[in-house]
Amino acid sequence: MLTDKEIQEIDREIEHYPHKKAASIEALKVVQKHRGWVSDENIRDIAHYLEMTPDELDGVATFYNLVFRKPVGRHVILVCDSVSCWVMGFETLMDHLKQKLGVQLGETTKDERFTLLTIPCLGTCDHAPALMIDNDLHRDLTTEKLDKILEQYK
Amino acid sequence: MTMEKPLTKNIRPDQPPLEVKEYEKTGGYQAARKALKEMSPKQVQEMVKQSNLKGRGGAGFPTGMKWGFVPLGDDAPKTKYLIANADEMEPGTFKDRVLLEGDPHLLIEGMLISAYAIQASVAYIFLRWAYKSSAQVIEKAITEAYNAGYLGKNILGTGYHLDLYLHTSVGRYMCGEETGLLNALEGKRANPRAKPPFPQISGLFGKPTIVNNVETLCSVPGIISNGAEWYKKLSHTEDGGTKLYGVSGKVKKPGVWELPMGTTMREILEEHAGGMWDGLKFRGALPGGASTDFMVEEHLDVQMDFTNVAKVGSRLGTGTIIVLDDKTCPVGMVKNLQHFFAQESCGWCTPCRDGLPWVEKILDAIEKGEGQPEDLDVLAMHSKYLGPGNTFCALAPGAMEPLQSALKYFKEDFDRHIKTKKCPWRN
Repeated sequence: MLTDKEIQEIDREIEHYPHKKAASIEALKVVQKHRGWVSDENIRDIAHYLEMTPDELDGVATFYNLVFRKPVGRHVILVCDSVSCWVMGFETLMDHLKQKLGVQLGETTKDERFTLLTIPCLGTCDHAPALMIDNDLHRDLTTEKLDKILEQYK
Repeated sequence: MTMEKPLTKNIRPDQPPLEVKEYEKTGGYQAARKALKEMSPKQVQEMVKQSNLKGRGGAGFPTGMKWGFVPLGDDAPKTKYLIANADEMEPGTFKDRVLLEGDPHLLIEGMLISAYAIQASVAYIFLRWAYKSSAQVIEKAITEAYNAGYLGKNILGTGYHLDLYLHTSVGRYMCGEETGLLNALEGKRANPRAKPPFPQISGLFGKPTIVNNVETLCSVPGIISNGAEWYKKLSHTEDGGTKLYGVSGKVKKPGVWELPMGTTMREILEEHAGGMWDGLKFRGALPGGASTDFMVEEHLDVQMDFTNVAKVGSRLGTGTIIVLDDKTCPVGMVKNLQHFFAQESCGWCTPCRDGLPWVEKILDAIEKGEGQPEDLDVLAMHSKYLGPGNTFCALAPGAMEPLQSALKYFKEDFDRHIKTKKCPWRN
């Protein structure tokens, strides 16, 4: 079931478009914002609300890499693996994170604190290497700097 | 002579962008006033056409001409759309972010004038997910513009109205492709659409639509205020105006600068980016994002505009240069690029969906020291068959640009990997 707050937020987005369906991406974002990820049940509820079939909506949800269709940790680390960051040391950062967190790419730590993912170019290439944790951008990274940053996320 | 910088004149480092009142004080919204009150939509189009402004998203299509395809007049559809493409996701590109976060009212004013020029009634800013701070800045500026009467009904008492909304995406490079973007905005998968019909005739929700890059739209107010001749004279070459150039990689001062269109790569790299790190040598560069052909030392004096970069077999693209130094493996760099393209292929057409992972796999093998001499022929074959005309959109042809040029300029490095069965840059 969608909550009243979610419905209210989705309704606000629907107003920007001539069809309800056009707000599907916005609706997925609303639900993910409140719940951390989008479950099968959520897909059915959103699809029903937007007058789409669940399959149609799931086709949209699974196309976009930042709609999470599986549970994620409390914090999601998105490490830029595009060309400028690669030149400036992406591999070192990634190896360090895997080792420190004890996870492989795409996995969540046992304490559900972090999920480790890559992301294409974050558009901050003059401050490479960079990554995002949740909504925060961190740039000009070294492994030492990164260790300190991770401590901010409990 | 101080150089005019119409795109970045209001941007103050480490300070918040100008609010609407401050923006007005610097002459802001005067261009919109002039366009809406003194000029017809056709006159606005004509002035932009005369200025020789070419699209700054990478393709370099003349902006005024693009607008000219939109039906105008009483028989034209009532609803038309203008979209700012702010889905800056070309790897190595970080120029539109500077404008989005540095001077949001310049973008809104550019959109207002451009929307008026095609008589659009609704506009969207299609912003990429990762630009969180841009989203905040833009939301605030849109509210200010509504309150000041630059958006909404009866703008400046002219009877023209325009609504502007911000759409933030949820990822995927394909959203930057014009028709993929339209599908995404309609709430669908961002697959490309067949052309024709072109979006100018049948675009978003089947209505005439113009999609322009952020830097393109931000160039419009200056042209309207100062005229086409002024704009053309800002440039060193035939392509009009100033350009945001950027540099990333192992240079001393990476960054973004507004410079005359046609500034040489040497000047950008040496004077503005401070040259290479000590002890490193320049080997080559992608001149405008991941999907452009490498340029090498012999091209350093090429004037960086659409025409001159094309003459040496590459593209100006987004104008953000990614530097390859002599301590970085060119094969590894190309593999990184192909990994990106293979991952971001939407899967809509077979050559791209199957071809790009194949290319990535071969490069991976070569980089690991498991490559065979015939692999280079297979890569060359792909760069031909995934090139222009064989795929549904420009993603795969774009991917082939750095590959084909790397095979040309860094062939010895590919050969060395295959011959010595290891990457010379890894121990």
